[in-house]
Amino acid sequence: MKAGYDGRGAVDAAQRAAVAAHLRAVLPSTSILATDEAVAPYECDGLNLERQHPLLVVLPANEAEVAAVLSICHRLRVPVVARGAGTGLSGGALPHREAVLLSLARLDRIVHIDPKACTARVQCGVRNLAISEAAAPYGLFYAPDPSSQIACTIGGNVAENAGGVQCLRYGLTVHNVLGVTAYTVAGERVELGGAALDAPGLDLLALTVGSEGTLLVVTEVLVRLLPRAETRCCLMASFASVESAGRAVADLIAAGFVPSGLEMMDQAATRMVEPFVHAGYDLEAAAILLCEADGTPTEVAERITAMRAQLQASGATRIAASRDEAERLRFWAGRKNAFPAAGRVSPDYYCMDGTIPRRQLGTVLRAIAEMETRYGLGCPNVFHAGDGNLHPLILYDAQDPDQLARAEAFGDEILRTCIAVGGTVTGEHGVGLEKIDHLCVQFDAPTRASFERLRAAFDPSGLLNPGKAIPTLRRCVEHGHTHVHAGHVAFPELPRW
Amino acid sequence: MVITVAAAELVERVRAAAAGGTPLCIEAGGTKSFYGGTVHAERLDPRPYHGVIEYEPSELVITARAGTRLADVEALLASQGQMLGFEPPHFGAAATVGGMVAAGLAGPRRLAHGVGTGAVRDSVLGARLIDGRGDVLTVGGRVAKNVAGYDVSRALAGSLGSLGVILDVSLKVVPMPSCEVTLVHRQPETTALAWMTNWMRLPLPISATSYADGALHVRLSGGEAAVRHAEHTVGGDRLSPAEATTHWHAVRELTGLADAARPLWRLGLPADVPALTAWGPMLVEWSGQRRWVVTDAPATEIRETVRRFGGHATRFRGGDPSIPSFPAQSAAVARLECDLRAAFDPLHLFNPGRWYADPPV
Repeated sequence: MKAGYDGRGAVDAAQRAAVAAHLRAVLPSTSILATDEAVAPYECDGLNLERQHPLLVVLPANEAEVAAVLSICHRLRVPVVARGAGTGLSGGALPHREAVLLSLARLDRIVHIDPKACTARVQCGVRNLAISEAAAPYGLFYAPDPSSQIACTIGGNVAENAGGVQCLRYGLTVHNVLGVTAYTVAGERVELGGAALDAPGLDLLALTVGSEGTLLVVTEVLVRLLPRAETRCCLMASFASVESAGRAVADLIAAGFVPSGLEMMDQAATRMVEPFVHAGYDLEAAAILLCEADGTPTEVAERITAMRAQLQASGATRIAASRDEAERLRFWAGRKNAFPAAGRVSPDYYCMDGTIPRRQLGTVLRAIAEMETRYGLGCPNVFHAGDGNLHPLILYDAQDPDQLARAEAFGDEILRTCIAVGGTVTGEHGVGLEKIDHLCVQFDAPTRASFERLRAAFDPSGLLNPGKAIPTLRRCVEHGHTHVHAGHVAFPELPRW
Repeated sequence: MVITVAAAELVERVRAAAAGGTPLCIEAGGTKSFYGGTVHAERLDPRPYHGVIEYEPSELVITARAGTRLADVEALLASQGQMLGFEPPHFGAAATVGGMVAAGLAGPRRLAHGVGTGAVRDSVLGARLIDGRGDVLTVGGRVAKNVAGYDVSRALAGSLGSLGVILDVSLKVVPMPSCEVTLVHRQPETTALAWMTNWMRLPLPISATSYADGALHVRLSGGEAAVRHAEHTVGGDRLSPAEATTHWHAVRELTGLADAARPLWRLGLPADVPALTAWGPMLVEWSGQRRWVVTDAPATEIRETVRRFGGHATRFRGGDPSIPSFPAQSAAVARLECDLRAAFDPLHLFNPGRWYADPPV
């Protein structure tokens, strides 16, 4: 049992019928799914070991219907779990047996691209990549690039404050969202932020981004678009140890470089992906770094030369620069297919998402290597090195209860190590249900109490996504904080980074 | 958790204030006391709690106590070739890190592309604060990517002390550009606005723009090659490095707009709003998205005009104190703000009157 979530179990048929009857007053019956067969596809998100049928699923087609659903649920005291594409990796959109699952996927209209202002106003169900595709004719793009970007929605990105490879240079979702239209739990419309920057007032927008659907339901998002770089080039640098690769990352950043991607893969990871993608990785290297520059051709050439010299000074044993776009994409193909590759070499894998200070990279990677031996499970490491955001992939077989238990304990120890060195249990995947117990470790009791009060300020009734994102104090005490459920990852076809 | 003596004293002061129901005016150097309404309350000066707690240049993060002088932090960063990405105004040598975050004011570099630049809140990674119960809260963290817990630390930026007494903050910092050039064009405002808007969608390393008195200034920052390339596109006369430093310092500190007798208005506008000429000459920044004007025009006229363009107008400094400094929020947002403040400060201890003429009930 997770700290605060008690949504598991069978759905009460009478309750389902009663709530559905109320919702039929505001939604066409085709927009309400109220049978076990119909709701089954919504039983999990990207964390698919956790499965639960919702009370029912609603599929509103516009903002007015969203507001009406919220208003009715509020009146009936029925909880609401908002969901975008359901690609999240932390169980944030896991249904609750007593809650209406509010699918926002049909609000998928690009409202307006403003090439002069460099902004896009889009409904919450628009896919992340669709924004960049719509902006491309104007030479613009939307910078945050979570690995699920072909499928995930901007509303989900806002809920989780999604990251990606380009975050190191261009920021997270919170840095690229200018405003949102949202609805309170009671169905009241609010506008936060907007096209005019830095409006006075408390920054409710900053609180809403990353709040995992527990404060407001976002229906429309105004994002900042950036000019697309003319050209890109990627360096692939080999290192004799993970520690030296870690030091090279710190050296690069300290020297003032801000690459548009700075990623590390250890040898276990390169050997895992190379047979599938033929990226041309140096399989003898203990670790490789991928380091990208974007900009004008002269600018890129200048930066690549300087970064190459820096990597050499930091002890790179081999450096290759992408000679053309095809090669650059090949370099990245391995990194971006690490998760699917893990799914091919192992029946199950558990993806971690801790972030640590960069100077601790070597120490933590060594600690993980030691844990591999102790737990008897493999753990390739791929990660956003520039941000210190780790994605260790613990390989195990869920059919074997002993392996499952060891994988859980392994993951728990990694997350505790991240906290111990001054980091965090989640850099970009969110707390959701998966890491909720770890917040009891990461935040002290007064801080957790302030989170609860903050949540109640937005949602006094506690109906929005109950049991997720923030543990209740009581649950932290009752259940301790050691149990981390292993997670499978759904959408095996999606690249993950 | 280590609480130093100075911090423990601040906690005790807040607890005593909570016990006695005594409001507090959180004020360090007082360099931005003009911003917002006047606070009539017992003063709480966080400056005894000062100093840099942690700074590791390779992490691009600095953690400093709220009472640390802003100038000292900037000097330390500069010694390592780094800086705060949002170029905050000081408005006096006594400006502190805590006041800088609480005021949430960004300077000329606000609109540059890339991480680390942007608003004050974009650089805030974590904080410790004393809430209105006298509890010390630790929010956010010291790493750039962190989605655990509500992002309260970012919300401290621009909160004007209304959520608590900031103890220390972790800020993301950025490398100083290796090359910086400022170019000047003399031209009418309409042309300048059109040029600035047009440049926004080109991949140019523009780190600041300003327009005043017939002169458009453009600052380019980045690698040598990128700046040279952009210089060719942008054109204009180059300022000497000393002239450029003086110019951007004046824009940041609003030194050209000092007129104690009359109100200074700050207008936040979407991109591509035409020249506004009714109220006198303006200082235009952020490619037209922030404009400053000293004017006696009625507040309602200014606010209504700006609102129609989708913007917001603040009586930034001076003028009639009975006119609210900040534009009114929608009823729904005002209620959320009020409930949020009550969650952190249930007794309304902190800075009553700073946001609104009367403390919200």
